[in-house]
Amino acid sequence: MPHQDPTERRVVVTGPPRRTRHASGYYRPRTEIDEQTTLGHTYVRSLMRTQLRSALTVFAVLGLLVGPLPLVFAAAPEARRLEWAVLGFGLYAPLVLLARWYVRRAERNERDFVRLVEDR
Amino acid sequence: MNSSYAVPAVALVVVATVLVGAFGLRISRTTSDFYVASRTVGPRLNAAAISGEYLSAASFLGIAGLVLVQGPDMLWYPVGYTAGYLVLLLFVAAPLRRSGAYTLPDFAEARLASQAVRRLAGAFVVGVGWLYLLPQLQGAGLTLTVLTGAPETLGGLIVAVVVTATVAAGGMRSITFVQAFQYWLKLTALLVPALFLVLAWQGDGAPRHAFEEPAAFREQRLVRVQDTVDLKLERPLTVTVSGTVDGRPHDDARLELPAGTHRVTAGTRLTFDRGDPVPVPDRGTSGGMSTSLAASREERPLYATYGLILATFLGTMGLPHVVVRFYTSPHGVAARRTTVAVLALIGGFYLLPPVYGVLGRLYTPELALTGDADAAVLLLPDRMIGGLGGDLLGALVAGGAFAAFLSTASGLTMAVAGVLTQDVLPSRGVRHFRLGTGLAMVVPLAASVLVGGLPVADAVGLAFAVSASSFCPLLVLGIWWRRLTPPGAAVGMLVGGGSAFLAVAATMAGVPGSGPLHSLLAWPALWSVPLGFLTMILVSLATPGRVPAGTAAILARFHLPEELRAAEVKA
Repeated sequence: MPHQDPTERRVVVTGPPRRTRHASGYYRPRTEIDEQTTLGHTYVRSLMRTQLRSALTVFAVLGLLVGPLPLVFAAAPEARRLEWAVLGFGLYAPLVLLARWYVRRAERNERDFVRLVEDR
Repeated sequence: MNSSYAVPAVALVVVATVLVGAFGLRISRTTSDFYVASRTVGPRLNAAAISGEYLSAASFLGIAGLVLVQGPDMLWYPVGYTAGYLVLLLFVAAPLRRSGAYTLPDFAEARLASQAVRRLAGAFVVGVGWLYLLPQLQGAGLTLTVLTGAPETLGGLIVAVVVTATVAAGGMRSITFVQAFQYWLKLTALLVPALFLVLAWQGDGAPRHAFEEPAAFREQRLVRVQDTVDLKLERPLTVTVSGTVDGRPHDDARLELPAGTHRVTAGTRLTFDRGDPVPVPDRGTSGGMSTSLAASREERPLYATYGLILATFLGTMGLPHVVVRFYTSPHGVAARRTTVAVLALIGGFYLLPPVYGVLGRLYTPELALTGDADAAVLLLPDRMIGGLGGDLLGALVAGGAFAAFLSTASGLTMAVAGVLTQDVLPSRGVRHFRLGTGLAMVVPLAASVLVGGLPVADAVGLAFAVSASSFCPLLVLGIWWRRLTPPGAAVGMLVGGGSAFLAVAATMAGVPGSGPLHSLLAWPALWSVPLGFLTMILVSLATPGRVPAGTAAILARFHLPEELRAAEVKA
């Protein structure tokens, strides 16, 4: 460089260390994910699909639980007490239980995935 | 109501809020502290903070008032507010935290790499936030008026000043402490009086007719009608009238009103006999949080109920003050566990407002007529227990109500100020954040003074419907669908959220009048949410070339557990 502006400062450019593939051809899914190969994306996709399936399952249970209730209350207007009891007190515990069930499934999915890609 | 205890209780809540906020100020140092508490908030503290922030005036006063006036169908509101968190947990919680964004516009930009979508999301955040702030300020005004007879704007002004001061001084860190403190305060303020009220109800012989339709007077009662109302009678009713009914003046006259609608002029005194059913005021004639579009439910109750369910279930995830809380969890797994704790905390809280609603139907049924149904929670202790005990319990409830206004308002201010600072004001940093806080509060305060009288339930319902039709598609598709494009997201948000906004605005302006069209516009979620999703998907599919280059890497970041991200490569 013939001329350098004195106000320009030198900066050190760093990056994450490049991972070299094991010379032995030893297969590591973890590396595939880190290096964003097509195979790596397939792993991420499979995790997303599992997680989405868990979420949709719980969502469907929620829909089946809640969806028919307005119809039931409209069809049986004499069952006022039932409506008070269900809407006032009955639904909160099932909601919390559904949430706990989902969290347990989602965390298990993630543990399984980590075990798979870390090849343990 | 005796205000000699209630005013000190409200003052105490305000002072305690400022003190707890100041405690946070001492350890709030960096910009990151300001916005997201440096991401070190544990699940339990964070869950209490989220719940404290979420339980607003509508929850604390509004639900009991709605139940009092309109019966058990209104219990769908608290159920929907709670179930909204379950849906949030299923589709959004952990990926949103892992996205590493501070706000909804940050999320939009990180996912779609588009400044235009970011600005549009920011505009929606500010709009929804301001809409939701307005009723908080008005609720505060109403409470202070009921307690002391102070002018309506004073309560809103107090809340605005306290919130702006705490948020600007300490930012998110102090807000986390304040919110957590206020959850427990609100729970106590409803739980303790509720226990005494139930005991008083037991001592009264545990009358059960509150569950029947319609509510009935259980003793002879004189009701003074504050604002002119149209009363709908299903059966003829005999009352003693001093004042003007249907344009004819009466003086302490016994009057038999035939079935149908009757106009009762402001200031009229009606004396009802024991066992008389409480007449239902017609739509739109009385103000307050409990009269709302909900009254139009009679025209199409099933459609309206499903519209309400969809809006609350899907709208929660897009509320700006709810979403910003998830960034404070240390990692995705903690974000999920926090959400479960939140569900338990708010579910527990929502067991209480229906108790007040039921007791209100028994002991203060005339509130449905006077247009002050929201005051039921505040007035019940005095009415049922009375004396010193009633005053003290009433003071506790009043303090809790103010905690509700303060906490929700500060969460919303925080979210709106964050967007204003990052996207509107010229430079970032703590000083501009303080300026943004002022701006975030001034607009709704001015609106509440100028406009006035927008029913709380309407504004809250509008916020949920707009959020469900704009942010819900953006978040769900952004997290789970790799073919989402910036044009698709922008058009989908505009079409879904915009049409929901216009529909409810038209209803409020009274454009459609009545009939099926009215129901469609008053409860837009049932068509505007699918419309938002569909537009977003179709426009994205039509612009396949615009899928952002780094999509695969970003989705990997959203979904991979943190332990796999040691060598994460950012696209």
